[in-house]
Amino acid sequence: MSDSGTDGQVLVARKLVKHFPVNRSSILKREWVVVKAVDGIDFSVTRGECFGLVGESGSGKSTTAYMIVGMYSPTSGELEFRGEDIARPAVQRPMHLKKEIQIIFQDPGSSLNPRRSIADILEMPLRLHSRPKQGKSVERQIIDLLDQVELPAAYRFKSPSTIGGGERQMVAIARALATDPSFIILDEPTSALDVSVQGKIINMLMRLQKEFDLTFLFITHDLSLMRNVATRIAIMYLGKIAEIAPAAEFFESPLHPYTQMLLSSIPVLTKAEMAAKPDKIHSIGEIPSPVNVPPGCNFNTRCPLAQERCFSDDPAMREISPGHFARCHFV
Amino acid sequence: MTDVLLDIRDLHVAYRVYGGELKVLNGVNFKVAFAEKVGLVGETGCGKTTTMKALLRILPRTARIPKGQILIHGGDVLKMNRGEIADLRGRGLSMIFQDPTSALNPVFTIGQQLYDVIRYSRGDQVADKREVALRALQDARLPDPERMLDSYPVQLSGGMRQRVCIAFAVATARDLLIADEPTTNLDVTIQDQVLRLIRELVEQKGSSLILITHSLGLVRETTDRVYVMYAGNMVEMASTEELFEQPLHPYTQGLLASVPRLTGGGFAEGIPGRIPDYKDPPTGCRFHPRCPHAFEPCAKAMPPFFDQGNGHQVACYLYQEKSEGGTNV
Repeated sequence: MSDSGTDGQVLVARKLVKHFPVNRSSILKREWVVVKAVDGIDFSVTRGECFGLVGESGSGKSTTAYMIVGMYSPTSGELEFRGEDIARPAVQRPMHLKKEIQIIFQDPGSSLNPRRSIADILEMPLRLHSRPKQGKSVERQIIDLLDQVELPAAYRFKSPSTIGGGERQMVAIARALATDPSFIILDEPTSALDVSVQGKIINMLMRLQKEFDLTFLFITHDLSLMRNVATRIAIMYLGKIAEIAPAAEFFESPLHPYTQMLLSSIPVLTKAEMAAKPDKIHSIGEIPSPVNVPPGCNFNTRCPLAQERCFSDDPAMREISPGHFARCHFV
Repeated sequence: MTDVLLDIRDLHVAYRVYGGELKVLNGVNFKVAFAEKVGLVGETGCGKTTTMKALLRILPRTARIPKGQILIHGGDVLKMNRGEIADLRGRGLSMIFQDPTSALNPVFTIGQQLYDVIRYSRGDQVADKREVALRALQDARLPDPERMLDSYPVQLSGGMRQRVCIAFAVATARDLLIADEPTTNLDVTIQDQVLRLIRELVEQKGSSLILITHSLGLVRETTDRVYVMYAGNMVEMASTEELFEQPLHPYTQGLLASVPRLTGGGFAEGIPGRIPDYKDPPTGCRFHPRCPHAFEPCAKAMPPFFDQGNGHQVACYLYQEKSEGGTNV
């Protein structure tokens, strides 16, 4: 297992695009429209980091994740994992790459099969990827996995429907760990859970990351959560990345007007947090449909700074300070 | 509080299920004054929505109310007949639900549904229903209300649909607007817009607001006073400012510590354990099996509200000595 690419970059996306053709035909006219879910994004994820991908619903963050795990194949662009091309359908992806990249979904209620016991759920990936056994029985490995996520061994006989939401998500984490991956995508892992459970799950994920030297791509819409876990953050809007920055810098000096609008919309608990937010920008409008992406900068329909130029030229991504990129004419 | 609009006293609600009864509400006390914005915070399954359903008399048939009173304008909602209830819902209070998609009927246009609301609340003969409907949609800051009247719910985005529900609610509500997790399914920038709208409309009309949510941040930005609920009991009540400055109940403290902060610095492990089984809830304080400070009296009897000054009330024996005896407020 050697890392290729520069600076230990495990995952690199270049001009990544995913368009979905949608049939809007009626009796009178045949019509196909294109949903531009992901519309040319560039980013890279470094080994051992927790890369946060933030955006509103419909911004394309889950589509990006699904391309990385191989559920979708990109329309165009490059996607590399440790130097190997993964921009193709999952069926053509070699077994060792499937094993390396795992995903944890938002709702453990629907991502775990309700008709199987937890032992069955964990056994499947163990058998499929036939891990080196180290002289251990499958049962022993299942118990070890449950132990990793702090669940008692007796849970292997239970069915997912008999345990709580937080515990279900821990089973989903154990299932992802079963193949001994190096890269895990967390697709809103706690947004279906209560805050008192969220803390436990997140702290556990952070511990597992250190223990197994994992790289995380963390997808969420909760910026306060991102502040506490991510090393770098990318903001997506309508299929494009608006801003990428190291976490601390992202919150201290947000550059893109969309980032500022998002940050100022977050409800917070303390005065210290109030002070940390940028000046209040009242959010206006809604994210446009990805079928009719506005010309020019895609944020121009809601931007408080928008000027004539924004409606004709699409700004390019520029590096404003080291590692801090923004896509706006006015930064 | 002198001008009490809503006064829920010692409300118990139980649901019949296979093999027993879920004792969900266990003596809820809750008050709302005129033109006051009250928050009701708690986690999934703590009984927030059950309380409001009892108030609107829309509990499912399996529910039973063994004990309690719900007084609104001094009349007990639980003793009203169907006509009085309809009258109350039509003129007095309305509710915004969490999921606007299932709150709207997909086969009728927004206009048709809105006319129904207006007709029920203002009597059958409303000549100017179109104008009333347009005004309601304008109040909810919906763009192009003329076109909106002829649109079907599927043609609108989630944020728009929730605004339509708000338009429905404020078209009739005069006394009390209940917003049950109005923004849970919405994005943060849309959430900001929707809450701003609710706040403005409530202030403009001088109605009271009950905001039910699990997001502490939203409560802090919207309400004057907060109730914290756990497993069918109110555990703490205080003015919003005071609650966030100085939370007293161990559950409130645990909850606040679990929320990730925008200033960073990590956050607590959360609260160990989970919400109790309502078939066989713990005796005494329902929080005591999860409480880090639990001691002898906690398992014996449910603590009443102890007054801590400034209207700050907490249902916890840790604060018994600091107050002048327990009061059942």
